[in-house]
Amino acid sequence: MIHSSLTQLGAALRAKKISSVELTQSYLDRINQLNPQLNAFITLNPEMSLAQAREADTRFASGKVGALTGIPIAQKDIFCAKGWLTTCGSKMLHNFVSPYDAHVISQFNNAGAVNLGKTNMDEFAMGSSNETSHYGAVKNPWDTARVPGGSSGGTAAAVAARLCAAATGTDTGGSIRQPAALCGISGLKPTYGVVSRYGMIAFASSLDQAGPMGRNAEDLALMMNVMAGFDERDSTSLQRDKEDYTRDLNKPLTGLRIGLPKEFFAEGMGADVAKAVEAAIAEYKKLGAVIVDISLPNSKLSVPVYYVLAPAEASSNLSRFDGVRYGYRAPEYGDLADMYEKSRAQGFGAEVKRRIMIGTYVLSHGYYDAYYLQAQKIRRLIAQDFTEAYKQCDVIMGPTSPSTAFQLGEKGDDPVQMYLSDIYTIAVNLAGLPGMSIPCGFGANDMPVGLQIIGNYFDEARMLNVAHQFQLATDWHSRAPKL
Amino acid sequence: MSLSLADVEKVARLARLAMNDQELQAAQVQLNNIFGLIAEMQAVDTKGVEPMSHSQDLAQRLREDVVTEPNQREAFQAVAPQVEQGLYLVPQVIE
Repeated sequence: MIHSSLTQLGAALRAKKISSVELTQSYLDRINQLNPQLNAFITLNPEMSLAQAREADTRFASGKVGALTGIPIAQKDIFCAKGWLTTCGSKMLHNFVSPYDAHVISQFNNAGAVNLGKTNMDEFAMGSSNETSHYGAVKNPWDTARVPGGSSGGTAAAVAARLCAAATGTDTGGSIRQPAALCGISGLKPTYGVVSRYGMIAFASSLDQAGPMGRNAEDLALMMNVMAGFDERDSTSLQRDKEDYTRDLNKPLTGLRIGLPKEFFAEGMGADVAKAVEAAIAEYKKLGAVIVDISLPNSKLSVPVYYVLAPAEASSNLSRFDGVRYGYRAPEYGDLADMYEKSRAQGFGAEVKRRIMIGTYVLSHGYYDAYYLQAQKIRRLIAQDFTEAYKQCDVIMGPTSPSTAFQLGEKGDDPVQMYLSDIYTIAVNLAGLPGMSIPCGFGANDMPVGLQIIGNYFDEARMLNVAHQFQLATDWHSRAPKL
Repeated sequence: MSLSLADVEKVARLARLAMNDQELQAAQVQLNNIFGLIAEMQAVDTKGVEPMSHSQDLAQRLREDVVTEPNQREAFQAVAPQVEQGLYLVPQVIE
């Protein structure tokens, strides 16, 4: 049962081969057994999970059920969930029991899914290794001396270790795709604006986007059917007709034009990653795709542009944490300014403080044009590169991450080295495009390699089709770590 | 360009982050490394390029001016560090 996909679990529940309570309890048992070595979850609340499972079981009796009814789904701890401790991986929110539900949480609740628990993450989603979490680093289930990637590392580790069938993530610069690649699972970052950000704790609002992470593309499509849709409480939510993301899964790939950006296949990519990605491209040719050489000349600027824009927006978003209305307040302080400064200094970790300071500097008087405005202009150039590329191809492919999972502590003292691990994913967020990572093999030390699939705006259904057809022809996505 | 210790101190103050001398010095080194990475951006010719904040270039959506939020004061104050009689307490700001 633990290796089952959402489709299989849904069928078993509807056929009454298993109840939601039994399924939820079996995952909770497995979490109790394995979480001590992985640290993938920050909060479990078996009472609340089982109460939702009981409610789902009564739904099966009444017949009002959907694809995800009764299925336990873990939620990244960035999503506010009513009655649940919601920490965002930070000491700042160590005692924050959310009084309301994020839109994504409401959507899963309405679908009858069970909230299995809150997954660990880099503090405020700022990190690529999960080592910045106040609640301790997550371990990669393929090798517990290695990182799971970040920031959605708890989710990625939980799915890979079969602690849940699927879970949510968020992606500001690669935080769904990079951990999916490093843990050997599938993950999708939708087009910006497709999934509501309401109740998702903000990092960089013009880049943040929630998405599904799971065993395979078909499961991601089922989750997208629940997560996507207009929500007036998010001012950047797009008003579009409801889509069925499973609609194109079974289309053949004959004639599919795959663009390979020369910049992604240049120096910087590990030889083991290159080998697995090239083998995946060869598999796509067998499936009938044709290869088009393309160029994204400005993509090399995406890391510097991102490290202006994301910290600038973060410094503004995180100004709300002041020790007054919620979260951590320093035990001792003098006047009001001292209370702010001490509460923030003690409540935030080192990486978060670093990014707040970068952002504060680039937005300060006299530097705005040189940094923030210049970065926003280059952002347009980066987006235009993709628009040009999509005149010649249907999807773009390349590596998700330049290397497989690195050792815990390996990049600890050098933020710049850590930032460069998102070199292939960031441009997608800057352009607002949808991006995916699917498992495509194993590299050095038998660690998983991810293939990145980048689609044009609103082309998620096609990307899921492209991923699903690969997964029908290969079995990388069904490999599981030994635990 | 590089940030002096006084620059870093000013940024910490603007960001409302208490930092001791050792922390400021560590931050100075790391921020200068990061700005070294960012510097690559400065040489790019962006004359005539419109800044981009949203990929779809949408205008801000408007709504009717009506009350949409129910009063949840008690629920919200339940998670506050210090409240009294429905008010958030902070150190005295007016003599």
